[in-house]
Order: sequence, then C-alpha cells, then structure tokens
Amino acid sequence: MPTEILMPALSPTMEKGNLAKWLKKEGDPVKSGDVIAEIETDKATMEVEAVDEGTLGKILEPEGTNDVAVNTPIAMILADGEDASALKAAIPAAGPSEEPSRQQKGAESPPAERPEPAKKAAAPAPAPTGTAKPPAAALAPEPEVPEGTEFVTMTMREALRDAMAEEMRRDPDVFILGEEVAEYQGAYKVTQGLLQEFGARRVIDTPITEHGFAGVGIGAALDGLKPIVEFMTFNFAMQAMDQLINSAAKTRYMSGGQVQVSIVFRGPNGPASRVAAQHSQDYSAWYSHIPGLKVIAPSTAADAKGLLKAAIRDPNPVIFLENEILYGHSSPVPKLDDYVLPIGRARVVRSGNDVTIVAWSMGMTYALKAADELAQDNIEAEVIDLRTLKPMDTQTIVESLKKTGRVVTVEEGWKQSGVGAEIAASLMEEAFDYLDAPVMRVCGKDVPMPYAANLEKLALPSVAEVVEAARAVCYR
Amino acid sequence: MAVAQTKQAAQTTEVLSPLTGNGAGRPTDTAKIAEFTKEQELDALQHMLLIRRFEEKAGQMYGMGLIGGFCHLYIGQEAVVVGMKLAMRDGDQMITGYRDHGHMLACGMDPKGVMAELTGRRGGYSKGKGGSMHMFSLEKKFYGGHGIVGAQVPLGTGLAFANKYRGSDTVCLTFLGDGAANQGQVYESFNMAELWKLPIVYVIENNRYAMGTSVTRSSAQTDFSKRGSSFNIPGSQVDGMDVRAVKAASEDAIAWCRSGKGPVILEMMTYRYRGHSMSDPAKYRTKEEVDKMRTEHDPIEQVRKRLLEKKWANEDELKKIDASVRAIVNEASEFATHDPEPEPSELYTDVYR
Repeated sequence: MPTEILMPALSPTMEKGNLAKWLKKEGDPVKSGDVIAEIETDKATMEVEAVDEGTLGKILEPEGTNDVAVNTPIAMILADGEDASALKAAIPAAGPSEEPSRQQKGAESPPAERPEPAKKAAAPAPAPTGTAKPPAAALAPEPEVPEGTEFVTMTMREALRDAMAEEMRRDPDVFILGEEVAEYQGAYKVTQGLLQEFGARRVIDTPITEHGFAGVGIGAALDGLKPIVEFMTFNFAMQAMDQLINSAAKTRYMSGGQVQVSIVFRGPNGPASRVAAQHSQDYSAWYSHIPGLKVIAPSTAADAKGLLKAAIRDPNPVIFLENEILYGHSSPVPKLDDYVLPIGRARVVRSGNDVTIVAWSMGMTYALKAADELAQDNIEAEVIDLRTLKPMDTQTIVESLKKTGRVVTVEEGWKQSGVGAEIAASLMEEAFDYLDAPVMRVCGKDVPMPYAANLEKLALPSVAEVVEAARAVCYR
Repeated sequence: MAVAQTKQAAQTTEVLSPLTGNGAGRPTDTAKIAEFTKEQELDALQHMLLIRRFEEKAGQMYGMGLIGGFCHLYIGQEAVVVGMKLAMRDGDQMITGYRDHGHMLACGMDPKGVMAELTGRRGGYSKGKGGSMHMFSLEKKFYGGHGIVGAQVPLGTGLAFANKYRGSDTVCLTFLGDGAANQGQVYESFNMAELWKLPIVYVIENNRYAMGTSVTRSSAQTDFSKRGSSFNIPGSQVDGMDVRAVKAASEDAIAWCRSGKGPVILEMMTYRYRGHSMSDPAKYRTKEEVDKMRTEHDPIEQVRKRLLEKKWANEDELKKIDASVRAIVNEASEFATHDPEPEPSELYTDVYR
C-alpha cells in the first residue's frame, strides 16, 4: 500500500501552514532523512524530512498551497515494487484525515464523529471521560505517651540531634551532609557529636555549594539512600530552589510512581536576630505551595524530635523548617525508645471557647503569650500548633472554629499569599457558616527585614498585635 | 558584530575538522579506536538504527499531533550513547537531560513504553505523566530524563556518591550538552566529585549548538574537555561520530572511575541533524554545514560502509536489519497510538506515597 505523507504540525500550537516548496518531484526516490518539502508556519520556514522510503508517487498539495490543515495528506509514497496504479485506490479525500489528539483534550465531550478517513493507521485512543477527585487524607492518630513515662527537659537543638542520631543508628542508609555539619559540629551546633559517633563517611562536610549539594543529596536518594541535607539557614536554600522543586518534589510523579526521593532538607528558617533582610525571612509559604513536598515546622523539643524522626523515615521529600531562636528553648521530651509523631497532624495546645489562634514554629511563642494576656480579660483562646504545614490539618482548625466561631493566624512571614491566607481561604470554603467574624492574620510586615533594632521589632509580629486581633474578632 | 560573525564562522569550521588533542596524564587516548568484530559492528549498527528510526518516527508522530509539547530528537548523535553503552557494565548507571530518547533505547528500555510516554498514554514508562523529557527505569539503571538544563549533573554526582557510600564499584555516566556545560551547578558538581573521588564520567555531548547559540557564541573555553581542569579532573575530546572511538575512550574513562581515581570528563564531538526541538527551523547554521556532517561523518553510514567494505554484510542483509528495526519502531508507534490515555484517577496518584 502507498504511504501517505501528512501535513505535519511543527510546533505545539500549529494548526495549518503553507506548502512553500517541494524539493522532490513525482517519481523521485525518497529515503529516510531526505528533506522533501519546505513548510511555512506562523513562526518560520521548516523542512520536512521523509520517514518512509520508496518513490514519491503523487503530490497531493502543490507548492504554493496556503493554509493546509495539519494532518492533511500532502503526498503519497510508493513502496519498492509498487507502481502508480496503486495510487488510484489509495488517494484520500481532501481535508484533515484525523483530528489531532491535542485538539480533543480541551473538549468537554468527545469530538463529533467524522467519516473514517481513507487508510489511516493512527487513530488516537479516546480520552477517558469522567472526573478525578483528590483522595481524602487519612490522619494517623497521635501516639499515646504511656502513663508514668519520664520526661527529660532538653533544648530543641538537642532533641533534633537525638532524632538524627537515633535514625542513623537504626538505618545505615541515613546520612547527613551540609556545610559545617561535621568537624565544626554544626553552624548552630545541631549536629554536635554526630561525626564522633558515625564518622566522616556518614557525616559529611560539603563545600559552600547549596545548589550542588542539594542535587547530590537528591541523586543519592534516587538510588535509595536517605539523606538529611542541612542548610545552614533556609535563606541559602534559595540557591538550591530548582533542585528542591523540580528534582525532589516532582520526580515521583514524573516517573509515574517508579522513583522516589526520600530526603529531608532541614535547617533554621524565619527571622533570626539583627541579621537584616537577606538572612531573616520565613519560607513557610514558599514550600507549602509545592505538591510533592511535605513541610514541617515544629515549636517544641518533643515535636521536633518526633517529627524529624518521622521525616527521615518518610518516603517523600520533606522540608523541615527549624528556628534559630527556638534552638535554645527547652521543653520536656518523653523518654521513649522510639518517639515518632505522625506528619500532618496539628495539636490543640491550649483549650478555649472564645477564639482560635493558629500558629506554628516561632509564631507559637506569640500565640501562647497572647492567650495568657487574653485570659486576664476573660477571653479564653484555643491555641493550635499546626506543626505540619503541608499536608495541612484543616480538620483540627475547623473543629476548633465550630466551638469558637473566630480564628486568628500568626506567622512571621509576609501576609500576601502566606500560610495565614491559605488558612483563611480554607475556612471560608470548608466552614463559612461557623465564622462569626472574619479571619484575622497577624504577619510580618510587607518590607525586607530592617537591621535597626527598633525597626526590626516593628517588622515582626508582636504579642500585642495578636491580642488586638483576637479582641477584634471577638468584638471586644 | 561583523567581527564576531567572522570569528564564529572560522571556529565552526575548526570544530568540524577531525579531532585531536590529548594531554599527558589523561586517562583516555583520543586517537584510540576500538577494533570491532563483525558481531560488534552489527550490534552497534542495530542499536544506532533503532534510535535513528525511532526518532524519525517520533518526529512524524509529533507532526501528526500524537506527541505534544517539547520533543528533542537525538538524530545524528547516536554513536555517543551506543558507544558508551558498549563500554558499560551491567549495573552502571546513566542519567541525562531532555534529549533522552536515545539513552533510554540504548539502556534497553522498551521502545513501546518510551513511545507511549511520548504520546502521553498509560503504557508509557511514567504512565503518561512525564512525557518526552521525564522517563526512568530503575530496572535498566536509567535515572532520567531531566528537563532543567544542567540539573541532572548534581543528581548524577549524587548517584556516584551513593555508589561510593555503598562501597560498590558501579560507575555513573552523566550526560550533559555543551549548553548545560555553562551552568553553575555543573562546576559545583565537578568540585565535589573530584574532592570526594566519586566514580562518575561526565559526558559532554558537544553538538555545537545550545538551542540556537553556537559554542563559540556562548563559551569562553570551547574545549569542553578542559572544563574540569581547575578541579584536576582529566578530560578528553572524542570523535563522537565514530562509535569505535566512543567505545575506546569510554572504556578507559570507566576503568579510571572504577579503580577509585575519581571523575573523568569526555567531550563527545557530535552533531544533531534536526533542530533543537520540533519547532526549531535551525536557521542559525548553514545547510552546507549540516550536509557535510551527514555525508562525511554520519555515525550509521560509517558502520554500514565498514561492514560492506569488509564484506561482513551485503546490501540485502543490511536492508533486512533496517526492516527489522522498522518493524520494532512501527510496533512501538502502533502501541503508542492505540494505548489509552491514563485514567482520570491517575491525576492524583504518585504525588506522595
């Protein structure tokens, strides 16, 4: 059978083109790779190469023909041994012989039936119809801490170190790399003692090369290792952003589930103290935006330990946002052999009936102090520590809202497109009828972080602002 | 501008001339040509033809609207990946950028699965969710398929890191183009790879154009084999159009890595016949330049010619090989055309586990 040459689409958007020139004439032999024609698209003149071999039997669209629709047969090629008589039966009717599949994609319903084109091998499979719904999230229960368990007061720094050490003892595939994590014992001393216990093979100092070592970590994870990558601070992780988003977060999806990237990126996030604009900012909202990432931001030593252990075991890439100021804060941690907390579960830290305050990480320090102040005026605030930002436990917030009717969010990050904005929008969508007042957001001010002490203080959220917002939604 | 243009033309001619250049202490000898047996020549021919015919078919299917988005063809560069594969050992890894169909076929991935991914169907390697630039096969040790120029280089370095961490002697072959060679993360990777003596061959496929920008217009140092010199990484230029030269250089480079001496750079002097992607008319180079490469240096013609000269095969036998390759490609295109699109429920799967 003679083979049709179809008008090709030469760009993702091309629908028709002009047949500028035939470089072969009827009767010419044609082999793979031969340029047979030139076609003008809206962007350029393109060459068309033959794929099939034989003799150019018939030109169906002469040169100079304009607006030839994509997939219209423009010529016929005779195979070896075929003569012109084979053409008679095979020459198709004019017009595109087939709807390109991409034109089907936007359509709500399958395209109208077309008459079967003459001899068409390529019939795109019909697109499955129906809708897709995101799967409902199932929350793992918070593990019970057995009665009589001893609690040890330690700093968040120590809790994080213990979490890593325990996981490294448990799994030889876990290792840590980053700047100053080994010999220097960590820029913020979070990795103290790890080099001594696990050696230089598993506790690896990198050059100052965030983009590169983030990619190296992800590459090692592609092969099944479980790296912990420490960023000295998340400010420097912007150098590595492409690897975090394009390589870590998307690979499972892009590989159809075949390849996983089990990796933790951790380090201090959020405003520190007097280090000015480039070293003082909160990336909570940035990472929470990305499908494929999990984002954790604990506020207590116990949560830091239980969630970091969970993050290291998690088969997905996890962004673990610590806080430099919280590193030195002490709180009780249950003395258990294996304290692992579920990712994606918020915790009600303080009960109240009048207003819900939602915070995480450093924001919790403002929230809890504000709740104390509000209590003096007989406003009982319920305080929720989100702990995980993605996936977000909106269920726990909604349950609290049903009781209080009012919500205030607290974050050090900027207001626009922030995590508080996400919470407010989710509550409107999921629990609008329970809202007795608009959701209020207490955020960092919309400016780069200033250096001067007084300005820095003004740029950050304050306890007073949280109190004021809580009063406002309570109309008191 | 006129001066720059002249310089460009002059250097392009130079780049297209036969390859020389090798420094003392480098682990590879550029001039070396692996002597192929009849079986090896036929094997190389078959593998290169499969890539050539597959890519031609992909181009055709793109033209029919069956393949969408970006589609970067490997036509002209076949000897690079086939020669390297011949030098690899089972278990060695491969990772590359977006011009990746040839690498997947060379790794032994099923042409049907690759083509069905190009058409976005459920039988594709990534269930239709990855497309031309994003495919993987852990079974065949192919780690993608990466769409961001240069991003695969730290990833490949990480694979090599994992090999060393596990104490295995597996080597990772990390492919990048002359365009990617100007990305910063490449040099961050070079530094760590040499610092930690990682078993990795950086294969710079110099096809002379980063999209539409020739190497002479984009690169201060156009000898990419020297790009590792400030990190003490040895490198060589290799005639990437001659599958025997590729194999010889690759064997040396892989042996160097496997013995624990650290990374190596191989600059493969090659050429792509088609545009950067399907919508590129390639007006930045002359037709004569393309024709010269096709007629004088085509990697497949070189093998065919040798087979005929040595009377290891006649025209009829070569035609039969071509026919059998076409049959494989046609089967792949049939499958990729009729395989259904993914179920709508697949939209939400494989984001997390």
